[in-house]
Amino acid sequence: MNHTNYSILTGRAARIAVFALSVLATSCCAIAAEQTAPVQPLPGNSIYQLPIRLTDQDGHEFRLSGKRGKPVIVSMFYNSCQFVCPMLIDTLQMTEESLTSAQRNGLQVLLVTFDPARDSVAVLKTITNARHLDAQHWTLARTDDAAVRKLAAILGIQFKLLENGDYNHSTALVLLDGEGRILGSTNQIGEVDPQFVKLVQEAAK
Amino acid sequence: MREALSKWLSLAWLAAVATAAAADEVAPVSYVDIASGTLISVLSNSSDNRPIPVKAFSVRVTPVTNGEYLNFVIKNPDWNRDRIAPVFADHTYLHGWNSGSDYGDQSDRQRPVTNVSWFAAQAFCEHEGARLPTWYEWEYLAAADANHADARKDPAWRARILAWYDTPTNTHGPVVGGVANYYGVRDMHGLIWEWVEDFNALFISPDSRNQGDPDKLKFCGAGALSLQDKENFAILMRIALLSSLSGADSTDNLGFRCARSAASEISPISPIK
Repeated sequence: MNHTNYSILTGRAARIAVFALSVLATSCCAIAAEQTAPVQPLPGNSIYQLPIRLTDQDGHEFRLSGKRGKPVIVSMFYNSCQFVCPMLIDTLQMTEESLTSAQRNGLQVLLVTFDPARDSVAVLKTITNARHLDAQHWTLARTDDAAVRKLAAILGIQFKLLENGDYNHSTALVLLDGEGRILGSTNQIGEVDPQFVKLVQEAAK
Repeated sequence: MREALSKWLSLAWLAAVATAAAADEVAPVSYVDIASGTLISVLSNSSDNRPIPVKAFSVRVTPVTNGEYLNFVIKNPDWNRDRIAPVFADHTYLHGWNSGSDYGDQSDRQRPVTNVSWFAAQAFCEHEGARLPTWYEWEYLAAADANHADARKDPAWRARILAWYDTPTNTHGPVVGGVANYYGVRDMHGLIWEWVEDFNALFISPDSRNQGDPDKLKFCGAGALSLQDKENFAILMRIALLSSLSGADSTDNLGFRCARSAASEISPISPIK
């Protein structure tokens, strides 16, 4: 009886495998066809080498490397944080205000939550609306726990989940160039860091 | 439909992986199951230092060897030292090997692989359907001697571990497979330092005497960790090392082993409301 079940399963598994492979082949060629223009490989020191997927405040999935193009300020936060995280958004907004409108248009902001369990797409959307964040430039995003750990590691951000559900974390604003290379960072929160602003202005020219 | 398709895809992938592994004639990787328990950690966020629950998991009996790591590199050439993106590993990555595909002497095969970055260690474990152990998991296993789950108060145990730190390491160390501890896990001490999954959670206050004095502007939440059990130098040294590293760093003595959450403990991934 067991034996019979087993052979049925293997037969089915084989058909599934063939089907899956044909799907893979199709999707591979579809992607290849899309990319008619040769794409330059990412630099080796680009954090976009990290193959992680995120979901933004509108529920759209994107690859981290999808941010390639314009410079980005990346940081990490979580919504239930009472003290630092609201200040983090304030600081980012103050940094934006110190830019010309052309520079603002040349810059993206990416905020990724440490707390995917509680920071759902709906929560991210609520923050975006409540803080009047311009969706043209701002992305609030969530990803899975393993990717959060990797992203933090590559940005040099430390964090720890506490028993009460809070996160203990260091705070950094990290500036990336259009290729995802780290140009600089600051730990200054609550007021703008003039040196960091200078870096941003140069990058967003 | 999408869900069903992704299930089929992962089935097909698993089948492919199983075939590849069988063809390679690698000795089966041995994991041992660890029942859930509690740990009095040397790290604490609370002054009462309550025990921390450790969920059931399984862990590699021995650290990953050069031989095992070479097999991984052959199957995943992006992790070959000649091709690795510098963002994932610094220039010392696998620098003791003769070349990107040769760890050197045959006797190195069973020695633990070192000079691997956290990203590389994590990628190896993922390839094996696993992850790095968390700090608490590692500390839980490392508390044991051969006969006791928690030997940390035994001065002889502490002295034995500390003696290893005094041993010069410029010569080739031993191969993996030392004496099994209480859990059946080997080489927790005396062979290498080990990466943990949450190495970047081990930040400690610059002055840990300042309990209840969180640098609120730097650390959201309860502030930096404070250290308990300050006599346990053997464990504190591990934390000091890990907390000083970035994910692309590698050192001559730093290797890793992998762990898996017990099937009963895996929570649904990223609930989306």
